[in-house]
Amino acid sequence: MSTLVLDRVSRWYGNVVAANDVSMTIGPGITGLLGPNGAGKSTLIAMMSGFLAPSAGSVTLDGKPVWRHPEIYRSIGLVPETEAMYDMVTGWQFVLANARLHKVPEPEAAARLALDLVEMWDAKDRDISTYSKGMKQRVKMATALVHDPSVLLLDEPFNGMDPRQRLHLMDLLRRLGDQGRTVLFSSHILEEVEEIAGTIEVLVAGRHAASGDFRRIRRLMTERPHQYTIRSADDRRLAAALVADGCATAVDLSAGNLAVQAPDFGRFVHALPRLARSSGVRLLEVSPADESLESVFAYLVAR
Amino acid sequence: MNAVVVQLTRRGLLGRKRAVLLVLLPLALLLLATLVRWASGGAADAAVNLVDGFGLGTLLPLTCLLIGTGVIGTEIDDGSIVYLLAKPMPRRTILLSKLAVAWAAALVFAALPVVLAVIITAADPGELALAYGTTAALAALAYTAVFVALSVVSRNAVIIGLLYALLWETILGGFVPGIKNASIRQWALTAAEAVLGERGENLGVVSAVSLPAGLGLLAAVTVLAVVLAIRRLQTLPLTSGD
Repeated sequence: MSTLVLDRVSRWYGNVVAANDVSMTIGPGITGLLGPNGAGKSTLIAMMSGFLAPSAGSVTLDGKPVWRHPEIYRSIGLVPETEAMYDMVTGWQFVLANARLHKVPEPEAAARLALDLVEMWDAKDRDISTYSKGMKQRVKMATALVHDPSVLLLDEPFNGMDPRQRLHLMDLLRRLGDQGRTVLFSSHILEEVEEIAGTIEVLVAGRHAASGDFRRIRRLMTERPHQYTIRSADDRRLAAALVADGCATAVDLSAGNLAVQAPDFGRFVHALPRLARSSGVRLLEVSPADESLESVFAYLVAR
Repeated sequence: MNAVVVQLTRRGLLGRKRAVLLVLLPLALLLLATLVRWASGGAADAAVNLVDGFGLGTLLPLTCLLIGTGVIGTEIDDGSIVYLLAKPMPRRTILLSKLAVAWAAALVFAALPVVLAVIITAADPGELALAYGTTAALAALAYTAVFVALSVVSRNAVIIGLLYALLWETILGGFVPGIKNASIRQWALTAAEAVLGERGENLGVVSAVSLPAGLGLLAAVTVLAVVLAIRRLQTLPLTSGD
């Protein structure tokens, strides 16, 4: 059982802040690190795995700092995002080399077990350069598991996987989590994370935006005010009707169309056609203004 | 030293396409040597010209650059070095293992061809081969150590290395005498000068610095490069994407 603690960790590159005052505790079970691309997930994982010094704050594994302590790799298994491996060797040779580098007592047995676990035993004698993206991902996984680590860090592990491989990896991570290992993986897809992660840590623009189980994160995301852009025959009259009804908390006519903010999604979509008809306004276009993941996350940060 | 790192490094160096260059460059020197022998009839000064100019001036630093960047630079560039770094093993061990492979390769692919070129070109190679063999070996070790360090320190190691080896040592060294004092090639040449003695002076084998200074500086630069490379590898930042 291992616990990874980030205490007020920041990291900046020149003027760019990649991680901003992040504190989190990652314990046994599966934790999902969720955030849009460029949110600083990789930077955070690099700091957790001892490959980047925090500019401020500290990262510790069971009380010991990870930066400049190669001994931590006895208990950490890392699945990096980079696809490059040692292309000129076979999967078997590569996983075996990793086992030997870890100085595990029986490298052959450990390598066999790890390759079995990721279902790569049959393809083990092919050169890594001939593997598909998903196969490479599984060999990477095998190299991370070969020394039976108590902490597993995975950077975007589902990238490039087909649905079957994805299910297999999810199942594997679930089993590893159930064994009491500390598993952390990053992703920018909420559905992926909520499927298996007991705890979700949301990272947006380098900041720790939210934390909790998936129900809490879901609620935070769906309860936020929804934005709509509407074009109609008479924007002013429709705006007045929406405000009077109370289903919109803010309307904005300055952009040449009608921008509406509605706190309750269900109530708004029922009220809008009714109000339009009763006030005699013809609706030309109704579109959700901003449903991208970024904006959902940005809302969480602004809270 | 770690046997697994040595093995992976060896395969990485010789298993990639650029390994062809490691064979082609020495072959070019040997081919030239054969031509020079045929044209000059085995005169010692022709051998010195070829080996000093093309051998020590071009082939040796280029090959060492290929090897020095090949044992670690490519892995740092594509990120696969992470598989070595994420192990409970001092980074010093990783670097020294890679350096050992680089040194062995430099002696085989850079220093040995120089000796062979002397043997092919000169009618009476004995002393000349020993002199240039020593110089080539010393230069190969120092160049390789410097280029390994350069690969760990900078992502532009190949370009900086090329500028140093070709521009600084070969071209600028020819115009500005002071630059000759700060040159691995000149330092290593003190060994050949010492072996050949008076005969060397007649052949034009004269280094810009004295023997103790040359050897001392070679040792200092090599040690400094190794220490710098180890220290830098200990804090090598690795991030991908964002």
